[in-house]
Amino acid sequence: MIDWLMEPLGYTFLLRGFVAAIMIGIICAVVGTFVVLKGLAFIGDALAHIAFTGIVVAFLAGFSFYIGALIAAVLAALGIGAVSQRTGISTDTSIGIFFSGIFAAGIVLMSLGIQTYTIDLFSYLFGDILSVRRDDLISIMILGGIVLGIILLFYKELLFVSFDPVVAESAGLPARKLQMLLLILLSVTVVVSVQAVGVVLVVAMIVTPSATAYLLTDRFGVMMALGAVFGAASAIGGFYLSYYADVPSGGAIVLVATLLFAIVAIIGPKRRSFWQLATSGTDASQHQRPA
Amino acid sequence: MVVEVEAVPEALAEQPDLPAGPAAIRVEDLSTGYHDEPVLQHVDLNVTSGSLVGLIGPNGSGKSTLFKTMTGLQKPWQGRVLINGQPGEPGSEVAYVPQTETVDWSFPVTVGQVVMMGRYPRLGFLRWPRKPDHQIVDHALEMVGMADFKNRQIGQLSGGQRQRVFLARALAQEPSILLLDEPVSGVDATTQHQIFELLDQLCKDGVTTIVASHDLSCVAQRFDHVLLLNRTVHGFGPPEDVLTQDLLNRTFQSHLLLLRLGNRTFVVEDPDHFHHD
Repeated sequence: MIDWLMEPLGYTFLLRGFVAAIMIGIICAVVGTFVVLKGLAFIGDALAHIAFTGIVVAFLAGFSFYIGALIAAVLAALGIGAVSQRTGISTDTSIGIFFSGIFAAGIVLMSLGIQTYTIDLFSYLFGDILSVRRDDLISIMILGGIVLGIILLFYKELLFVSFDPVVAESAGLPARKLQMLLLILLSVTVVVSVQAVGVVLVVAMIVTPSATAYLLTDRFGVMMALGAVFGAASAIGGFYLSYYADVPSGGAIVLVATLLFAIVAIIGPKRRSFWQLATSGTDASQHQRPA
Repeated sequence: MVVEVEAVPEALAEQPDLPAGPAAIRVEDLSTGYHDEPVLQHVDLNVTSGSLVGLIGPNGSGKSTLFKTMTGLQKPWQGRVLINGQPGEPGSEVAYVPQTETVDWSFPVTVGQVVMMGRYPRLGFLRWPRKPDHQIVDHALEMVGMADFKNRQIGQLSGGQRQRVFLARALAQEPSILLLDEPVSGVDATTQHQIFELLDQLCKDGVTTIVASHDLSCVAQRFDHVLLLNRTVHGFGPPEDVLTQDLLNRTFQSHLLLLRLGNRTFVVEDPDHFHHD
């Protein structure tokens, strides 16, 4: 068993992927706690697709894909934040149009401009931890560390603003800035995860482990910690599944995360059903629970 | 709905009496609204420190907007709001308890955590709650009678209990001004009584409190001042001066009738407008 577990870790490039996947699993779940509770999954998905176009542009222009993806995703996050704060409700349609359009531009650019890189770029669509190079791992660790550090520093403010933005603002917290900060953290998380999990599956990596944790606890901090555990466990399980079954890593990791969710939803405590989760969140001002 | 008001004098109180004490809240020629739609126009108001004011007016009369302007969430288009002599800014001085229907009750926080949120702005960034903060939270929970529920998730509480938890969070802010939007709607009589006992005590301690309420009977009996609002101030003063047929007609556009039996006065809903709310 030990040999079976250790075998892939003997290869440097696999060990690198292993460490990267665990780090990504943890960051995604910590940020995912806010995403699940505030119903930001769709925005996260949009940011991932927009980041892809940033990656394509970076390849075309010949600079680091991290810079391209970060610029694209953070700009999109600021845009989405501004739109949703101005109009307040139902920004889904405009975000849907906006992100599909930009993603389409990325696809077109990819096939027009850079045929030779097509294989590489496909790994960003579906994720490949084997493509994580040494520099990439360093970027993941630094950016991930910054995201976790900021959440730790502003933990209580982010909690208050997520739970009750109006009262948080009236009590003197900079609610709009904190909500914007959350979207920026989400976009950085998406960018960090895209290489290993892929544009298409990033949102699952962010939402699923946190949602699994939500089914097991009534405490915000516990949900965040448990989510990180489920995220890391999914990364580890998916890593071995990917290695031994020879399947893409992104798909394998998300599949394990989904299985964990299904198991907890079925055998977990009854008082919190999956349906309660499905009908909550989503721009808390919109969806309400009867008193 | 029938409301009993003690001995209404014949003279109508058109203008609010200017209170003698220092003004906790001073509103001067305030106009504001949303987008291009004005909600409040030319509001003038002087609330003495330590008053308990009942704010009544029909739906859409601007009660919540007035509160938001006092907390600094809504900016005046014209005029100004002074809180203890200073222009109103969001902060701990004014605690606002909005109507709770927009709260996500499935959010994984406990009663104790929600009340502790009231301490966060005073704590400031990068500081964690310390022993005095925990003591203030415990005290606030005791004041509203919710100390036994500290570790419950908020979704497990009844409507009245939730109201009391949000009131406790406001108290944990240690405000000098408390603004409550419909705190006793959907609350049982016992809880309602407890909340008003608490508000009476807070006023004796010098906390200025304004309570928006639909419940005229409660306003008539429980408050030392009544503020009639419908886009502007229609009356402000002791209940016996302000709850008159003329002023209620102006505020509610004749949806309410004032009936007199001997020296007692009742406010009833006009049957023709029975479904106004």
